[in-house]
Amino acid sequence: MMLSVAVKKRRGSFSLDACFELPTPGVVALFGRSGCGKSTLINVIAGLLDADAGRVALNDTVLLDTERRLSLPPERRRIGYVFQDARLFPHLSVASNLKYGEARAPAHHYVTLDAVADLLDLGSLMNRRTHQLSGGERQRVAMGRALLSQPNLLLLDEPLASIDAARRDEVLPYLETLRDQLNVPMVYVSHDFDEVLRLATYVVLMESGKTIAQGGVAEMSLNKDLRLIIGADAVGAIVEGSVLGTDPSSGLMRVKVGNGELKVHAADIAPGTKLRVQLLARDLIVATRPPRNLSVRNILAGVITAVTSDDADSDLIAIDIGATLIMARVTKAATRELKLAPGLPAWALVKAVSLRSHSFAAPPAISIAPPGA
Amino acid sequence: MTWLHPSESEALSLSLSVAARSVILSLPLALLLAWLLTRRRFPGRTLLDAFVHLPLVLPPVVVGYLLLLLFGARGPIGSWLERVLGIELIFTRNGAALATAVMSFPLMVRAMRISLENVDRGLEEAARTLGAGGFDRFTTITLPLMLPGVLAGAITAFSASLGEFGAVITFVSNIPGETRTLPLALYSALQTPGGDAVAARLAFISFVLGLSGLLLSEWFARRVRRMLGR
Repeated sequence: MMLSVAVKKRRGSFSLDACFELPTPGVVALFGRSGCGKSTLINVIAGLLDADAGRVALNDTVLLDTERRLSLPPERRRIGYVFQDARLFPHLSVASNLKYGEARAPAHHYVTLDAVADLLDLGSLMNRRTHQLSGGERQRVAMGRALLSQPNLLLLDEPLASIDAARRDEVLPYLETLRDQLNVPMVYVSHDFDEVLRLATYVVLMESGKTIAQGGVAEMSLNKDLRLIIGADAVGAIVEGSVLGTDPSSGLMRVKVGNGELKVHAADIAPGTKLRVQLLARDLIVATRPPRNLSVRNILAGVITAVTSDDADSDLIAIDIGATLIMARVTKAATRELKLAPGLPAWALVKAVSLRSHSFAAPPAISIAPPGA
Repeated sequence: MTWLHPSESEALSLSLSVAARSVILSLPLALLLAWLLTRRRFPGRTLLDAFVHLPLVLPPVVVGYLLLLLFGARGPIGSWLERVLGIELIFTRNGAALATAVMSFPLMVRAMRISLENVDRGLEEAARTLGAGGFDRFTTITLPLMLPGVLAGAITAFSASLGEFGAVITFVSNIPGETRTLPLALYSALQTPGGDAVAARLAFISFVLGLSGLLLSEWFARRVRRMLGR
């Protein structure tokens, strides 16, 4: 177990009651609406806020255990923190900001200034003053500064929230780089599901101060509580796909999902590349016989595993397409007339597909990891 | 400064010396008090705050008198200082420095408090997560960020020290070459028949010193603000 957290805290009328574990190095996304207690939770993990009761442990180190009256101060927790507002030191240059944590880290350094400058493209910013940086540049420097403190865990509190939407795509690839090239476990706080889809390997859902569900991204994409947070229209299965190659006649890229195959418009991606494919429930049509003479090109065959009520008018139909679950929304009338039920063969007609995180699960080009990771 | 009489340039250099000693004496103490009053909650904080500000509202003569009671040759602190450390305050420039330090202390604490209150606690939190302990954090983050206030406070206190009259004359008297600072020399000149020209020159020096102090303080504050990009 890399990171295990179980804490309680009251603050006025708000109460935090959170419990989650991150089993592997990777990115755990703390996902929930604004004000649900995500930031409070990571401040407790960092030690910037006290917990009323609970325990936080990272690898073999206990950081907080209220029963044993143990609470390491933040400066001794070895946790890097990237704040929403970057919090660069205005009286220091970019280079001095980067070196601030490095100079205070214990003797064994697993990542160097050169490596971080390389990963985050900081070379040209080194001699600037912090107020001369754009929002995206500030966050990159903040990430570099946190990494150079040689942390055993990296906390990121909505690092993209203070950057205008148009500039977010300038920073997201760097976050992906950190995920794919470092073995530092990360906790990523976000209220934007698209960011979670791109970055997370593990998702913890939070609602009014409580952690309500957790699991892998594919598993959590089927969780019914997710609907409360992202809304019915954004619900849909996230499945692992792998690129088979380009279809010469149509020029479309073939992606294997489950036992089936999707053809999608996409830039040339090398065969074998793993992708995350999002199939929104509202974009799937269910047929109980092999459909013919349709304009829809992407059809996935499988077996219905569950029918659950989504709201007053519609049901969610889960279909197993070969060790992979997808989910379609149909009206209750359709469920009745087609007699949709678990065990029934079904064909899902896919109207739209979106691909996420190209670099996901790419093998690390260089391996950088804290000791014990 | 050949146009000055030796006694006048003596008063000028004495004033500068007294003011410098006064600032050096009060700077660390003012920093500590500003930090206590801004960052700590403890019983008696309001009382301590009021006590620090007393010299602003008390007649300077009263401050000088209280100093005489405490730091005089037979006062509890004064007699101890003389016996144990061999420091004499009465009728000396060190005594004058103490009197001006007490009088300008509230100005210095005020300037430091305002700048400390403006220091973003979030930056200190960031420093903590980067491994900086309490004292480390204060010297590398908090103090540099409040530097404009510290320097503005020091310059203001220095300028005010040059002009302190009541507390100095009451506590350490008016001894040429030892405690006769600019305002005391000016006062003595006015008491002397035909001393008008001397008084005018001394007044002019005081005016120039005060003005340059204020300008210097403003120039410095601007420079630091530009450095911090505000």
